[in-house]
Amino acid sequence: MAPLLEIRDLRVTRGAHVLVDGVDLDLAPGEALGLAGESGCGKTTTALAVMKLLSPALKQEGSIVMRLPGKGPDEQINIHKRTEAGMRQVRWRHVSLVFQGAMNSLDPVQRVEHQITEAIELHARGGGTSQFEARVAELLEMVGLTAGIGRRYPHELSGGQRQRVMIALALACKPSLVIADEPTTALDVIMQAQILELLEQLREDLGLALILISHDLGVLAETCDRIAVMSEGKLIESGAVEQIFEHPEHEHTRSLLASLPVIGGERGLGLR
Amino acid sequence: MSGAVVLGAPEPAPVEPGELTARSRLLGTWRGRFSLSVLGFFIFLAIFGNLIAPDDPTASSLDILAKPSWAHPLGTTEQGSDVFSQLLVGARVSIVVGFAAALISSILGTTVGLAGGYYGGWTDRILDAVENWFLVIPALPLMIVLARLLDPSLTVLIAVIGLTSWAGTGRIVRAQVFTLRERAFVERARALGAKDRYIIRTHILPNTLPLIFANTVIIVAVSILAEASLAFLGLGDPTKISWGSMLENAFSSGAPSAGAWWYVIPPGLCIALLVFAVSLIGYLFEDVVNPRLRDEDPAF
Amino acid sequence: MVGSSTPRTTADAVRPLIEVRDISVQFNVRRKVSRAVDGVALDWQPGEILGIVGESGCGKSTLARAIMGLQQVAAGDVLLSGEPIEGRAGLRALRRRVQMIFQDPYQTLSPRQRVATIVTEPLIVQGIAADEHDARVRQALDDVGMDYEQYAERYPHQLSGGQRQRVAIAAALVLEPEGLICDEPVSMLDASVRTQILKVLIGLQKRRGLALIFITHDLSLAWSLCDRIAVMYLGRVVEQGNAAAVIEQPEHPYTRALVDAIPLAAPGGGGRRELLSGELPDPTNVPTGCRFHPRCPRRFAPCDSVDPALEEIADGRLVACLLHTHDSADG
Repeated sequence: MAPLLEIRDLRVTRGAHVLVDGVDLDLAPGEALGLAGESGCGKTTTALAVMKLLSPALKQEGSIVMRLPGKGPDEQINIHKRTEAGMRQVRWRHVSLVFQGAMNSLDPVQRVEHQITEAIELHARGGGTSQFEARVAELLEMVGLTAGIGRRYPHELSGGQRQRVMIALALACKPSLVIADEPTTALDVIMQAQILELLEQLREDLGLALILISHDLGVLAETCDRIAVMSEGKLIESGAVEQIFEHPEHEHTRSLLASLPVIGGERGLGLR
Repeated sequence: MSGAVVLGAPEPAPVEPGELTARSRLLGTWRGRFSLSVLGFFIFLAIFGNLIAPDDPTASSLDILAKPSWAHPLGTTEQGSDVFSQLLVGARVSIVVGFAAALISSILGTTVGLAGGYYGGWTDRILDAVENWFLVIPALPLMIVLARLLDPSLTVLIAVIGLTSWAGTGRIVRAQVFTLRERAFVERARALGAKDRYIIRTHILPNTLPLIFANTVIIVAVSILAEASLAFLGLGDPTKISWGSMLENAFSSGAPSAGAWWYVIPPGLCIALLVFAVSLIGYLFEDVVNPRLRDEDPAF
Repeated sequence: MVGSSTPRTTADAVRPLIEVRDISVQFNVRRKVSRAVDGVALDWQPGEILGIVGESGCGKSTLARAIMGLQQVAAGDVLLSGEPIEGRAGLRALRRRVQMIFQDPYQTLSPRQRVATIVTEPLIVQGIAADEHDARVRQALDDVGMDYEQYAERYPHQLSGGQRQRVAIAAALVLEPEGLICDEPVSMLDASVRTQILKVLIGLQKRRGLALIFITHDLSLAWSLCDRIAVMYLGRVVEQGNAAAVIEQPEHPYTRALVDAIPLAAPGGGGRRELLSGELPDPTNVPTGCRFHPRCPRRFAPCDSVDPALEEIADGRLVACLLHTHDSADG
């Protein structure tokens, strides 16, 4: 089966400074890929490159192709060739992004339902108000929130609830791929578990493909099928989750794994 | 070396491309260089104006409202004085009043803002009320009233302008102090047992200085305009020549209708140019005034 | 009244460094009272690594600040080596012996001070003789693995997150304290840097017998490094005891839920656990009876009316749960 997303030789530079250095990635439909690495390694930049949301000061090279299931090869979306106008047809409809720290990016003076409606209006074709209302209620329920949450303002919701709203926003136009950048970083461990479970549930129910970006390998282990590790702009290792955890090849991967204290394993970080 | 973990080569120090220091803003941009030169030029005039003026600016002659000529490059006033000389000398008043008033205004505003912002509670409530009072009163009418009540002299002018503009600074400083008060490094200082005065002196004030500086620059521009306005209204110091007083004399002696453009335009132009240059410098620091204490965090 | 240098007697050696007795901290939030810390009793032994864990909003940071005297306390006492901390002198003595590290390395250093100044500041504030400054500062930087020559003149914006945190630790160490309270010291740092910083801290504990309090929401970390932990929920300690034991065999349902929620760093996650539903209640609206009961999967009849006290159920293990203490209750 053709990969849903195919990235070849992605390079992102700012002048002489290289942020992403020749990254190749494949993602099958419905697959969950974890993009791991420390801050500054280029994972967020890669995600933004897929959405073509990079700042104009950055130069992007390489090919990014999306092949939607059920469509022929001549209907593939060549993201790297698309103009801004062309990308507007792609963003949110086929691939959407939950930004890092997104739960703080909701407009504080607009009710939640309004913001979701806005997203639908901007990216969907036609449909009247009542359709939007129904869709909003449906989305909120999908992410485990009651429809009543829609009437509230962002500051009236907890961090976990806001993150769910962001996920609902990302799903508004039924994309085939959702990229989530550090979706659980600012959350407590229980809320984090809830969000991860939600993402897994959504994958099952909607057949979503997922790219999960996190510096926490533990989080990725839970939900992902495959993991790709980045460091300083390069993709240094990728493979099935079990393989990465049990037989990491690259030194950097090993040091990332070593910094994870695993309950039941060795205590003390080798010091006590 | 104790058995501590030794850092190898230091982790790459995060470099922010094109870090904005005061120097780079002022000298690194053409706007900065331009406004700095203009300002420098006028300051030079303020200091040496009366030495390089070709004629005694107060000397009258019979050559009234004469057009520009070799003897008088910008013509003469209604009293036959040399406009050009007056222009050169007039720079002093503008610069002196502008900067002095801004200084007073800033010092007053900063003190009040610091005190209210840091101590909070009743101190803040009272100071804030005072600040609001000054903010709400329309500046120019107040200046006019004060200038009429008191003997017009440069000192009075400076005091009047300073008094009507300090509240703006106070407000901004207070807001900044509120933010800084909660920062971890201030808490750390408290956790050490540092006294309030020490914290204000060592942590709060230095971190507020960029803001105060940027704001002061704007107040300089405002003060220069204020002085010119007051002088134009006849409320300035009658013993001093300033561009504002030149304009006042020009208008009251009917120069515009007489077509004596050489008398009206140059002082106006100088005021405009100086204020423009100072304002431009203020704009260069605009992002500092925006209450986002710019964290030099490259991840930001 | 506590003098600033109580001679160390053998009695002190047995006394906890810090004892927290029934502390309560309250905030007024829009005319309602928020019970951020609601009756906490804890002790911290010299040389011990104590973990305080819980979700955000549970009061752990507030508790730490209350111990340091940064936060006013509505009720209760803090004892330093058995003596109550009274007045300015008391606080001064406290701060010589206990210092604090904060969470955000990017906010914890004043942007306009150089490293050397930052590390010298505590000595100035505490009035240590000037001729001792240089040696102490060098020692402190050395203790955190930073070369004085290289770093002394740098400004914070020239340092990475990990380096900044090291400077903060050095600034705390320069007073030669006996205890260090670390409020989420590594949560904002990258994985590999975390390990480095933790090694610095643990190294200090081993070499100097420095007592540590780790405040964290990361249970794996607490499990790995702490001797004892206290689990907090909504302002109270609900379970306390040996760190490994508490996490491997939690007795309180909340602790169990926390442990279950940890993403297993094992592919596939393993057999799923019962996820806790709902959210942390508002501290202005603490549930009646056991504060955890609305979310507790094991609640039963008395839980909504009886507030369980923290009681010892086994050697060194304290739990505040009716499941364990109800049997001994009347009726």
